[in-house]
Amino acid sequence: MELVNWFNELLAGNLIFTPQTLGYYWNGVVTTTQLVFLSLLVGLVMAVPLSILRGSKHRWIKLPIYAYTYVFRGTPLLIQLYIIYYGVVFVDGIQQTFLWPLLREAFYPALIAFTLNTAAYTTEIFHGAIKATARGEIEAARAYGMSDRMMMRRIILPSAFRRALPAYGNEVIFMLHASAIASVVTLMDITGAARFVYARYYAPFEAFLFAAAIYLCLTFAILYFFRFLERRLLAHLRPQN
Amino acid sequence: MKKRLCISLLGAALVAGQAQARDSYDHVRFGVDVPYEPMEYRTPEGELTGFDIDLGNALCAEMDITCEWIEQQWDGIIPGLMARNYDAIMSSMTINEERRAQVLFSDPYFTPPSAWFGPVDTDIDMPSEETLEGLTLGVQRGTLQDSYATDFYNDVANIRRYATADDMLLDMESGRLDLVFVNYPVGKTTLLDSERGDYKVVGEMIREPYKYFGDGIAIAFRPRDEALAERFNEALATLKENGTYDEIHDRYFTD
Repeated sequence: MELVNWFNELLAGNLIFTPQTLGYYWNGVVTTTQLVFLSLLVGLVMAVPLSILRGSKHRWIKLPIYAYTYVFRGTPLLIQLYIIYYGVVFVDGIQQTFLWPLLREAFYPALIAFTLNTAAYTTEIFHGAIKATARGEIEAARAYGMSDRMMMRRIILPSAFRRALPAYGNEVIFMLHASAIASVVTLMDITGAARFVYARYYAPFEAFLFAAAIYLCLTFAILYFFRFLERRLLAHLRPQN
Repeated sequence: MKKRLCISLLGAALVAGQAQARDSYDHVRFGVDVPYEPMEYRTPEGELTGFDIDLGNALCAEMDITCEWIEQQWDGIIPGLMARNYDAIMSSMTINEERRAQVLFSDPYFTPPSAWFGPVDTDIDMPSEETLEGLTLGVQRGTLQDSYATDFYNDVANIRRYATADDMLLDMESGRLDLVFVNYPVGKTTLLDSERGDYKVVGEMIREPYKYFGDGIAIAFRPRDEALAERFNEALATLKENGTYDEIHDRYFTD
């Protein structure tokens, strides 16, 4: 109750940051978080097998994956989002399929675009880390008589993922920032809320500075999470004294 | 001596600067958000045309000045005026309180109603909180239709806000939207009279409440340009008297 009073006093006389617009910002935070978290999660799950297969000896496995990562890293995310959101409706009869209830919303086309994009980047990050595994470790594993599969599971992947962690942390932050374009397909994410407030009150500074502050907070949260992970998982690489 | 010269030069510069600020424009740049058929749009040849454009050019001709049209997306159109990217906004801008706090309006030159549009087979006949519940509604961001729909139906319906009217119509066509809320002349041209599909007006024309619809649409100026607004008002009155206004009006609105 006291908190409510304090809050109302804080907002008194403020024409832009009313409980209503703060509600839009809050919903924006929820939408952005859902979108980024889900796309990163699915992207990560896709990227692990893709990065292993990307290093395959067989051309017909390796090349399609390379083509996929090349296309998605070589084109702007905004264009991918437009193609998926506006392009999908030109598929004949899409409105009658079971997918339409999902594709009709702005959220799922955006989720698909973001997932495919982050999966492509993550695949390349992991692939690079796998390729950079020290030769000695592989030779030692072979000397122990490990099969390829066991060597991958016990030796290569654990050390590759650890080494990929800092680069992956950057990818997560880039993804958060890239998600700002979701508002072009009418999603009310943080940027969408800011645009709404901007267009309604003609107050670009207030609207966008507030959004920037929210992104900054989220970025710090991600930064500290990865710092914590690195401290735990890369403990063996720190000087011991 | 030198000092005095300096001061007098500074004074002259100041006076000149003031004179320029007060001086009437002989070239006016209009900010306009395209497309918004039939108010402003491009012909297939790429030429800018529409009711606002023709009327604006006629006003300039009447005032014996030249004018230029600068395209600007709607949600940044008032900040663009303040940033002096153009001198006036002539883009079907409805007079309302929030905007009046920022800009100076001319006399209104047109009063278009707004209306809901939907596919012909829609089963809604009268938009209300009950009938719109759970539906997806489209508006253009930052328009009076956006404010109206947000204030009345945000709690019951899912409102999607588009940067341009074009994007909104594309989603209407693809079936992502159940209804759109737009300025009637625009909806009539882009939905009813077009080949896009079969659409109809849902419910009645909406002209109330005053808070959203105000007195109609007007040209917006920077608050300090009172003299310029006054000249436009005089020119508008002349065009209304000599029949030019009616002639332009009939070019775009048949009913």
